[in-house]
Amino acid sequence: MTVEAGYRVVIGLETHVQLNTASKMFCRTSAAYASAPPNTLVCPVCLGMPGVLPVINAAAVDFTIMTGLALHSEIPPHAKFDRKNYAYPDLMKWYQISQYDLPLCVGGWLEIAANGETRRIRITRVHLEEDTAKLTHVVGDDGQPASLIDVNRSGVPLMEIVTEPDITNAEEAMAYGLKLRNILRWLGVSTANMQDGALRIDANVSVWPIGAEVGNTKVEVKNMNSFRALGQALDYEIERQIGLLERGERLEQETRGWDESDARTVSQRTKEYAHDYRYFPEPDLPPLEITRERVQRLTKRMPELPDAVRQRLVEELGVASADADELIEDRDLAAYTLDVIERHAGPAAEVVTWVLQDVRRLLNARELKSADIPISAASMAELLALRAKGDLSSTMAGTVLEEMFATRKPLEEIVAARGRQISDSDALAEIAREVMAANPQAVADYHAGKDRAVQFLMGQVMRRTRGQANPGKVTELLRAELSRDRGA
Amino acid sequence: MTDDLFRLTVAEAGDALAAGDISSVDLTRSVLDRIDAVDARTGAYLLVTADAALAQAEAADDRRAGGDAGPLLGIPLAIKDVLCTDGVATTCASRILEGFVPPFDATVVARLKDAGAVLVGKTNMDEFAMGSSNENSGYHPVRNPWDLSKVPGGSSGGSAAAVAADECLAALGSDTGGSVRQPAALCGCVGLKPTYGRVSRYGLVAFASSLDQVGPLTKSVHDAAVLLAATAGHDPRDATSLPEPVPNFAAELDGNVEGLRVGVAPEYFGEGIDAGVASAVEDAIGALEANGTEIRAITLPHTEYALPVYYVIAPSEASANLARYNGVKYGLSDPQAVDVDEMMATVRAQGFGAEVKRRIMLGTFALSSGYYDAYYLRAQKVRTLIKQDFDTAFESVDVIAAPTSPTTAFDLGGRTADPLAMYRADVLTLPASLAGLPAISVPCGFVDGLPVGLQLIAPPLHEARLLRVADAYERLRPETPALRQAVEA
Repeated sequence: MTVEAGYRVVIGLETHVQLNTASKMFCRTSAAYASAPPNTLVCPVCLGMPGVLPVINAAAVDFTIMTGLALHSEIPPHAKFDRKNYAYPDLMKWYQISQYDLPLCVGGWLEIAANGETRRIRITRVHLEEDTAKLTHVVGDDGQPASLIDVNRSGVPLMEIVTEPDITNAEEAMAYGLKLRNILRWLGVSTANMQDGALRIDANVSVWPIGAEVGNTKVEVKNMNSFRALGQALDYEIERQIGLLERGERLEQETRGWDESDARTVSQRTKEYAHDYRYFPEPDLPPLEITRERVQRLTKRMPELPDAVRQRLVEELGVASADADELIEDRDLAAYTLDVIERHAGPAAEVVTWVLQDVRRLLNARELKSADIPISAASMAELLALRAKGDLSSTMAGTVLEEMFATRKPLEEIVAARGRQISDSDALAEIAREVMAANPQAVADYHAGKDRAVQFLMGQVMRRTRGQANPGKVTELLRAELSRDRGA
Repeated sequence: MTDDLFRLTVAEAGDALAAGDISSVDLTRSVLDRIDAVDARTGAYLLVTADAALAQAEAADDRRAGGDAGPLLGIPLAIKDVLCTDGVATTCASRILEGFVPPFDATVVARLKDAGAVLVGKTNMDEFAMGSSNENSGYHPVRNPWDLSKVPGGSSGGSAAAVAADECLAALGSDTGGSVRQPAALCGCVGLKPTYGRVSRYGLVAFASSLDQVGPLTKSVHDAAVLLAATAGHDPRDATSLPEPVPNFAAELDGNVEGLRVGVAPEYFGEGIDAGVASAVEDAIGALEANGTEIRAITLPHTEYALPVYYVIAPSEASANLARYNGVKYGLSDPQAVDVDEMMATVRAQGFGAEVKRRIMLGTFALSSGYYDAYYLRAQKVRTLIKQDFDTAFESVDVIAAPTSPTTAFDLGGRTADPLAMYRADVLTLPASLAGLPAISVPCGFVDGLPVGLQLIAPPLHEARLLRVADAYERLRPETPALRQAVEA
């Protein structure tokens, strides 16, 4: 949508990311709760029982620092955890261990492309906290409303990434979210799936008339569980606020939830009910000292990030930029492609075409993930080499690839069984002559001007050679033999 | 050696068990009989686990028959009800935790079990360890075995009374601002608060996390050394526990304090200190001096701020620590409530006692937006100053000697109407707590038939030195005329 002229829109995003560590943030219980029956992945610590104490999950700290490094944040040497106090039944201790004034990562930026331009969205901070239990509201057996608690999610490591209010419309917000999700996946720190809550984006939206004093009425919008919902909710909210201002009404500072079915935002909490979280340093955890050695070690562990890979594909390897864009959407596919490119003597673009078309089609058909391509990069490179040498035609190479997916047999075995392409002119000419002799009608048709007859004869040659004949050569030879036949 | 086994110290009983003179079952029966005889008068226990104790005693005897040994093998001990015990109700003397049975042992409890100790029961206390008289128990008060009209001190009043009245051979308590040392002083037993971090807090129900420490209450300094060695040491479940190795404290007690420098600060002998108490403590210091220690005057100028600092920091932490008791998961609940908000409100209104509510409100206020800097942050800064006082003092002395409590045991009901008067009972124990230092209270005589405690304070992790001085004093302490405990009457 186009923002009505005369208004300034400012959006800041707060993104919660569940980290895919093996165990929870402060105990050894498994964090892989997604498919576990309710309340089976719990222990005294994540249940918040009396007397229990938290112990920091070092992997979660590492993942957060890696995210900060990817977002160009500063990693201060001193960080700490704090208690954020609020009373809600999904919060086992009635306080959440979070980070208040000394987060793990400070500052940074993420470059996005939206509305045809490239912009840097500034990052305020990245900090680490724990997720809450999950409440489900149901109607009980007695017909009364009831709430069910699943504590499996309680204590799952949760990273929060906060932006400066640098975003001005829904498209930019979506571009930011998509780019961030991709980086998180490349880093391997989160599944970053929005639909199962591993990635949750909340937005603070402020609108005010240009020329008026800078608006300070922030409306927080929550509950968007897809990128589509994020875009719709922001469009709706911007329009709603402008509508209110147009009618001369005042905006209220509040929290609103996106209602997917009604396609609108609904007020959940107004300022009068704003929490005083009474933050104070978590006395159960010593302050975090982040050594420079640790940061260096994590820097070395960082994979090449999508932007860098894209740049390399386009600028050094001559891959079309649309193809590069497609590839970096999928970390595993991109890594595979780069691996094949490195082993392939021919142009990188050739590899990219094969991967984006044939490999991806076969993956989709078999519902395989890109991480589970059944053909090693070495075999793939070998296949492309056979194709380049003319030992396999494109069609044959495609068939071999398909068979490798289906049978997982080694390339050599399949090629040996199927045979290589026949490009030998004498052998093919001999077969062409035999086919012509066996099909006088087709030859006559050709001479009568029906060019299509060549196709028929060609098909017969391919049949005799079980598809191994080099099609270009066969066409060439057939035409030569046919004109000689006419001359005879 | 059959009737009065309950009177033995841990060391004496250990020798008798090792020599095969008695069995742990004999010893445990004797203690259980003693509890039957006197606990109605002291109120020291909230729960006696007689059957489990006898089973543990049998197991200990079997272990010994199998060649096992150890200073705590088969020794009957009591556990303050603030420590989680697997399968055994743990209430913190609060109605809000009524019916709560932890599915795990506190690390210290697990370590005692591993050492073969027999756990006789859970001792009474001030609710959530908040109090100095044990009158804040949500169940019943504890009476001082020396005078049943007096308080035993708190919050580990049940553990202190149980040790003093021989209802166990030794006990564990917890000390946040003096909750082991002050009742030990008032009941005439030894009470040790280790360095913050020396003993794991895992399974210790939190009152004020930056101050809480588990410590032993015993009949002798030697026994305190044995219990400390058994419970101390790094615990991967407690991020604040210290990695330092744990020496064999008891083996180092040789009575030699020659050349040790003992600091005496005027701030611990000023206004509000009972003259009889001061005089008993001065005598004790004199005895140390006569035996080769050097007495040095020191000053701890920020001592007077310890009380206000403590009553900002401890309630602040408590306000968060006690938030989880809302009736949703365990303990008291309200099935009649119309919704979850009402249930949580009702449970907290009914389940917490007045002192606990007062401290939750104090802490909530101190942490509130707009007040945090003036209260919590300021208190943390002054806490640092108090710590620096001690750092400076320990540049010139090895230990500091002082009274443990300003007075002897006071009347039951005597201070309940005046919270501030009650808070002042801890004025001499709070500074070492705020500084995280190890400190011990050792009996040093009587005033009007009531025990007095000598408090010794050492630098961080110097429990060995602390125990050495306390043990040396215990050896040279003049024999007092045998006083008869009221509980015996």
